[in-house]
Amino acid sequence: MSISVSNISKSYDAVKALQDISFEVKSGELFGLIGPDGAGKTSLFRILTTLLLANEGTATVAGFDVVKDYKKIRNSVGYMPGKFSLYQDLTVEENLTFFATTFGTTIQENYDLIQEIYVQIEPFKNRRAGKLSGGMKQKLALCCALIHKPKVLFLDEPTTGVDPVSRKEFWEMLKRLQQKGITILVSTPYMDEAALCDRIALIQDGKILQIDTPQAIVKHYPKQIYNVSATNTYELTNALKAYEYSHSVYPFGEFVHYTDQRSDFNPTELKAYLESKNLSDLVIEKTKVTIEDTFMELAK
Amino acid sequence: MDNDKVIQVEGLTKMFGDFTAVDAITFDVKKGEIFGFLGANGAGKTTAMKMLIGISIPTAGTANVAGFDVFKQAEDIKKNIGYMSQKFALYDDLTVKENITFFGGIYGLSRNVIKEKSDVLITELGLQKVANQLVASLPLGWKQKLSFSVALIHDPKIVFLDEPTGGVDPITRRQFWEMIYKAANEGTTVFVTTHYMDEAEYCDRVSIMVNGKIEALDTPKKLKKQFNAATMNDVFLKLARG
Repeated sequence: MSISVSNISKSYDAVKALQDISFEVKSGELFGLIGPDGAGKTSLFRILTTLLLANEGTATVAGFDVVKDYKKIRNSVGYMPGKFSLYQDLTVEENLTFFATTFGTTIQENYDLIQEIYVQIEPFKNRRAGKLSGGMKQKLALCCALIHKPKVLFLDEPTTGVDPVSRKEFWEMLKRLQQKGITILVSTPYMDEAALCDRIALIQDGKILQIDTPQAIVKHYPKQIYNVSATNTYELTNALKAYEYSHSVYPFGEFVHYTDQRSDFNPTELKAYLESKNLSDLVIEKTKVTIEDTFMELAK
Repeated sequence: MDNDKVIQVEGLTKMFGDFTAVDAITFDVKKGEIFGFLGANGAGKTTAMKMLIGISIPTAGTANVAGFDVFKQAEDIKKNIGYMSQKFALYDDLTVKENITFFGGIYGLSRNVIKEKSDVLITELGLQKVANQLVASLPLGWKQKLSFSVALIHDPKIVFLDEPTGGVDPITRRQFWEMIYKAANEGTTVFVTTHYMDEAEYCDRVSIMVNGKIEALDTPKKLKKQFNAATMNDVFLKLARG
């Protein structure tokens, strides 16, 4: 096991940030912690990177205990915090040299690991980190987290605030790092990124809702979901919520995701009901379950 | 001006020195429409929006927002629009009620109107129990719903939302979009800037900016068809990658 977490709890005064969290990440796995702001993701990262002590429970990273062997962990992991934490007034190259030196290595020694990412920011190597665009800051931070060839890489919301093109490139980079044998724990509030992980833990209010592969998580969803649309989405949502057999009603982009309480649900009946509410251009069709549907069903 | 169109933009341009941040964009937004304004980081969204809300003077072109000219009537625009930033912008060390009173006062509402609105708003949001608590103590989702309601306190014609639901849990997010649908249904125009494509799927129409220009503008359904893509995210990737 690359990461092993047993019954970890953490409170800040009255706020229970993490409640009895347990999970394991296998060596070479790309594991996602999926949950909204305030779920406890950052607290968990800080405990695993030895920057914060848990109130209860134990955890090991790369075989080392997070309390007793904290110094060994610090040498074996790379950590990219959610907030940009490099030196704004050092240049790109100076930041990278600084982190390499701190870990007793050089840029040349592990250059193969970062090359693909670094070449994209190399044209700006003499620019101060504070003057980089968001996407370039993110790439530099990843290079700095990798320069000592860590066994385990911790990425706390690396794609928050990043546009779709850069997000896609970032995930492609993660896949390639994984192929080089690095174990990756990544957190994100974006449910669509969950599908890109080997396994995920859905987390909310300090509790893990479910852990499994993304495929298995959507497979275990208990109901058939229907896409419903009409000319007026607001009226449609209200009408669906008022329907006596409705189980869940959630706006979902151009559609509303609807599930029914009955196992022998007949869409024609629902259509007739919605028509009686003066809704027009009705579409009711089966749709696939997404991670987000599962998350909402579990968090309900 | 056409009464049905609350935003009319033609050839709107902003240059910083030699750099053209916004390059002759043209579009209209109708009353009660939910309009998504998309683009990658650096595409020019923020610059364009700053011109529309009257805090940046365009280099060229024309724009009429809520019936006022962006060149000559910027102050009138500000009074007739609401704005909600992605970054929480209420006062953390004021209570829920104090924040509502403060922003109502800023927009020149009378004491009686503020009192009335404040009661309605607190009841609608289910915040009765925490009305006298500091805003800092509220969960993020509640804060965001409160921000949205505060942005609507002066019954603006248009409300501008900057990445409104980033990081919010999925259920609260739906409640937030239901509030947006409700506002639009009551005739408020909603202008949403975001680079999260799943937010785009909720809009009536979306425009996509690439390098300062609007490269696509239509309903999400038609854009997906046009670009032969399953999601708005795929549309965006096709456009932005050429």
